[in-house]
Amino acid sequence: MTDADPARLYRTVRLIRRFEERAIALVRSGHIVGGIHPYLGQEGIAAGVCAALGDGDLVTGTHRGHGHVLAKGADPARMMAELCGRETGLNRGRGGSMHAADLSIGVLGANAIVGASPAILTGAVWAHRQRGNPVLGASFFGDGAVNEGMLLEAFNLAALWRVPVLLVCENNGYATTMPVAGAVAGTITGRAEAFGIPAVVVDGQDPEAVRQVTAAAVARMRDGGGPELVEARTYRFDAHHTFEHSVRLDYRPPQEVADGRSRDPVAIQGARLSPADRATIDAEVEATLDAAVAFALAGPEPDPAGALDHLYASGLTGRGGS
Amino acid sequence: MPRLSYRKALTRALADEMTRDEAVFLLGEDIRVGASNVTPGLLKRFGPDRVLDTPLSEQAFTSFATGAALAGMRPVVEFQIPSLLFLVFEQIVNHAHKFPMMTGGQCAVPVTYLVPGSGSRTGWAGQHSDHPYSLFAHVGIVTVVPATPADAYGLLVSAIRHDDPVVVFAPAGALEVRDDVDFATLAPVPLGRGMVRRAGDDVTVVAVGHLVHDALAVAEELADQVSVEVFDPRTLYPFDIDALVDSVSRTGRLVVIDDSNRSCGIAAEIITSVLERVPLTAPPRRVTRPDGAVLPFSPALDRAVQPGRAALAAAIHHVTKDCP
Ligand SMILES: Cc1ncc(C[n+]2csc(CCOP(=O)(O)OP(=O)(O)O)c2C)c(N)n1
Repeated sequence: MTDADPARLYRTVRLIRRFEERAIALVRSGHIVGGIHPYLGQEGIAAGVCAALGDGDLVTGTHRGHGHVLAKGADPARMMAELCGRETGLNRGRGGSMHAADLSIGVLGANAIVGASPAILTGAVWAHRQRGNPVLGASFFGDGAVNEGMLLEAFNLAALWRVPVLLVCENNGYATTMPVAGAVAGTITGRAEAFGIPAVVVDGQDPEAVRQVTAAAVARMRDGGGPELVEARTYRFDAHHTFEHSVRLDYRPPQEVADGRSRDPVAIQGARLSPADRATIDAEVEATLDAAVAFALAGPEPDPAGALDHLYASGLTGRGGS
Repeated sequence: MPRLSYRKALTRALADEMTRDEAVFLLGEDIRVGASNVTPGLLKRFGPDRVLDTPLSEQAFTSFATGAALAGMRPVVEFQIPSLLFLVFEQIVNHAHKFPMMTGGQCAVPVTYLVPGSGSRTGWAGQHSDHPYSLFAHVGIVTVVPATPADAYGLLVSAIRHDDPVVVFAPAGALEVRDDVDFATLAPVPLGRGMVRRAGDDVTVVAVGHLVHDALAVAEELADQVSVEVFDPRTLYPFDIDALVDSVSRTGRLVVIDDSNRSCGIAAEIITSVLERVPLTAPPRRVTRPDGAVLPFSPALDRAVQPGRAALAAAIHHVTKDCP
């Protein structure tokens, strides 16, 4: 669907931004239990990457995964219901924020184990292609993930077997509180290049720049190229997670936060639209999210009797615990 | 009647399932030449897209299999040594096993993990001799330990057809077992179904994997003193507790012999599950590896920590003679 329409791209970043702000409010009001990892500030990456993918293509996300799932086209109402733990959620309330998935649109899921999903995605894309279905994949992960051994094993497999997966590193400068400089020897792009994987750095705050870089990579991959890596430089506007405030972590200089926030992907993409078009989209997004929140809160909580439903796809049931 | 070895039964099961279902493919280290001697000939028959040699990247290829399963395939992953399961416990438990629940039933992950040569391979020492089936049973992954060639065939076939992850432990001590088998009778063996291998009246001995053969031998040796029933669970999770309860209800006595460590081992689980339902005439016994065992290199020491026939005979005597 490679979508270069600036309005579409704006709508996506705006939708993710407002979804996150609504979700944070629902955490504060106790409707979302367990907290979330807000994607605020990083919206341009998911939006830009997914705009360059086709509908049948696959993605995997991270613990900070709302943006990836929404950008790929998941229903915001069912997504919000999932965060609220409702039976009407994408995962019927069994996954929550960190596991939101919609396999029907190629979202193999947010994944809460850092660095775990590129290998899964590689296998899924490979398998589809074996069966004659020429899909691609994009796997999002943070700068912290590049120190996980399995991620690098996945790079090797994808390169060796020429599996077209786009490895999207969202470098927001920190893994929780650990700065990149304190964690990554060498460079992130160098990690990929060591496996013969082409790698580029892009301004992750500019959704259109991300889309263009991705579109070029996707074109090469559709032409038979193997994996590529995009390191999107970004900044997380908010805390690592919604309970960070309660532990008062002090690791980012205020000036750095202010500088980071000054480069806002929603504003950057919004500037490409007329104020009137922007207002129309904003109102439409607001209406969508009003409906999403209402849908989420109206959804029934799952029946406790079904707490172990779906444990086994085969229908196996084990013995109860008491 | 032809002799079928346990090892060849595994190969035959793989070949039959690959023939039957295009979605089945194999991956693992050195499987194209069949270094563990379970996959020889399969490359020639099925080609390199279905018999994939992997780099030494256990974690990535285990998750690769998860992804392939999510995309509709039925991967069989071969592990050269049982200790590799420790490396990929995360990938199996945290991902393959949890995906269906975490997605609210959106997917299935039908992967088979085949471990030919689990347990002691005498002289392979500390890092090659583990038998970690209790860990998988604990987390709720379908776990099978076939004892005979026909079961090796039938359980592997069922594992491949099963819609959830299954670990198939093929004990090193059973790989060379050969039976007279009419190939026409080879058939899937249902998961979760145990069987009485030898009928007896005085005591039920539950034996896991290769130890079934030891238990049968001990039962024969003691035949003039005590009548031993030998129960082979075949699948450790889910466990066929009903069939075992039937047996113990008749014999009133229970001994479990299993080649895993004592604390939190499957023997403890089996005994408790029986005690919840049947009063015993004598306190039960278990014959296992010691707590936290690491197998020593010296064959004499290796044997000393493995559950064996002498210890089993002693346990049988204990529950029958000492508690008549
Ligand atoms: C393998 C693993 N180690 C640690 C954690 C705990 N954890 C969750 S998020 C996170 C930081 C991840 O940093 P990064 O990959 O840079 O992503 P970001 O949070 O910055 O988006 C950590 C350490 C985890 N979930 N998985």
